[in-house]
Amino acid sequence: MINKNEVKRVANLARLRLSEEETTQYQQDLNQILQAADKLKLVDTEGIEPTAHAIPLRNVLRLDMTSESLGIDQVLKNGPEITKGYFRVPRIMEE
Amino acid sequence: MSEYEVVIGLEIHAELLTKSKIFCGCTTEFGGEPNSHCCPICLGLPGALPVLNEKAVEYAIKAGLALNCQIPGYSKFDRKNYFYPDLPKAYQISQFDLPVCVQGRVDYELEEMQQSTGITRVHMEEEAGKSVHSGDNILGSDFSLMDYNRTGIPLIEIVTEPDLRSAAEAKAFLEQLKSILQYIKVSDCKMEEGSLRCDANVSLRLKGTKEFGTKVEIKNLNSFRAVERVLEYEIRRQRQVYEQGGSIVQETRTWDDSRMITVSMRSKEESHDYRYFPEPDLVPLEIDLNWVRSLKEGLPELPLAKKHRLMEQYDLSSMDADQLTTDQEMASYFERTVASYTNGKVVSNWLTGDFSRLLNTSGLEISKVKVTPQQLAELLRLIDEGIISGKQGKDVLTEMFCSGTAPEQIIKDKGFEQISDSKALEQISADIIAANPQIVQRYQDGEDRLLGFFVGQVMKETKGKANPGLVNALLREKLKATDS
Repeated sequence: MINKNEVKRVANLARLRLSEEETTQYQQDLNQILQAADKLKLVDTEGIEPTAHAIPLRNVLRLDMTSESLGIDQVLKNGPEITKGYFRVPRIMEE
Repeated sequence: MSEYEVVIGLEIHAELLTKSKIFCGCTTEFGGEPNSHCCPICLGLPGALPVLNEKAVEYAIKAGLALNCQIPGYSKFDRKNYFYPDLPKAYQISQFDLPVCVQGRVDYELEEMQQSTGITRVHMEEEAGKSVHSGDNILGSDFSLMDYNRTGIPLIEIVTEPDLRSAAEAKAFLEQLKSILQYIKVSDCKMEEGSLRCDANVSLRLKGTKEFGTKVEIKNLNSFRAVERVLEYEIRRQRQVYEQGGSIVQETRTWDDSRMITVSMRSKEESHDYRYFPEPDLVPLEIDLNWVRSLKEGLPELPLAKKHRLMEQYDLSSMDADQLTTDQEMASYFERTVASYTNGKVVSNWLTGDFSRLLNTSGLEISKVKVTPQQLAELLRLIDEGIISGKQGKDVLTEMFCSGTAPEQIIKDKGFEQISDSKALEQISADIIAANPQIVQRYQDGEDRLLGFFVGQVMKETKGKANPGLVNALLREKLKATDS
């Protein structure tokens, strides 16, 4: 079971601002998800190699060849603030 | 006063020399219009899927092999989640628990002493974008401008063990590492262009204690000079804090070039909870150990081994051999020259002397130099044969450097030819002796150093073209002759 503070911490890591009601709601939702996931612990995994992927593919690689990029206009299209062909972002560091 | 021991570990990022990015086909070329080398994959647009560049894997493994690492047969990628403006996906594809290379070692020398620094791991990851700050630095900027051309260039991150015990050691290690990566041609390691970057973890502990002190991470040591200077500053700062009874706070600091100090960096959104998890968009790597073996066999002779071989083979000093082998291009130039002119010591003197001076003043890379190794060898032979003096040789080399013309041609065109005609020199010497009877007398009374006066006069008369060896011998002979 996760408590409200943990929900708030996770929300903060994901840059989500939650109201008190939302926090309560997500706490319930997340606990349900965790309970569902807990069921996996019941599976007997004795002798089974850990894996990082569910599909049995390995070594999907591409040749080192260049291809056309998107074009500056398209790249910048979704940027909320553009200056001289750059994406402009607010202050990064606090003094 | 207590004695402190310095403990430094480095994290080095090197951009790999692939043509395309690690997970997409955008070019890795340096520069270009801002945001012109971007596509849905490197920008992290929804639905875009990465595919791993096989050359990047090859280069990372080659780097690991050159750093004496083990290459595990299985490796995977992970997501490192954090928010930062240079990271458009808000996660970086990196490697967490199963990097491509582990447990290596770099051997190097510092003031003739053998050193060895452990390599914890080498992992692959994607490069972040580049920020241009509105102010002088990140701290004083109201806003920043982002260029994502660099985003997705393949990187290797090399993590050392906390084995380094001084700023000088850290610098020497880093120079060796750079040299190795350049030799195997996986990275151009241009610190000024950011293709090699270094962060350091620095702490102090009382000498003799086992536990590490609190460490401070220092970001952006972006030149070799900076590495040494910044680390020395930080060591001094920490020592002072301890000596005044204070304690060190675990933090990240950055070098402020204008104030020449390290300053604390407090990120607005600081969180070191990266919530790594296996990257679902990439499948794991199973590395063929036969392939690894063939990559290992294909590695060139590495800088330290080459240095020792050249010292042995050509009787070079450690310093000269260092200068010749730090840059693989220089080492290869040396070896191609000695293939046509066997006195390695002479070649070394010219390469580390005048040739290097010309390189520095012209700012050229060796690959762009017009003088071929065969031409340099020819020049050295002409000097040996007395066609020109060593001093004239320097002028001829400068001319060769500028025009790429063969030395014989320059000597002909510029009238550099040395006067080795003993008849002509004999006449000039005789005239000078006849014109200076008093000095001749003093020389004959035992003032041997006056020989230099006569040599000087002959040189003046011939505008420096006389063969100095011949002049010396002639004068000695003649001055003796008038004695009787």
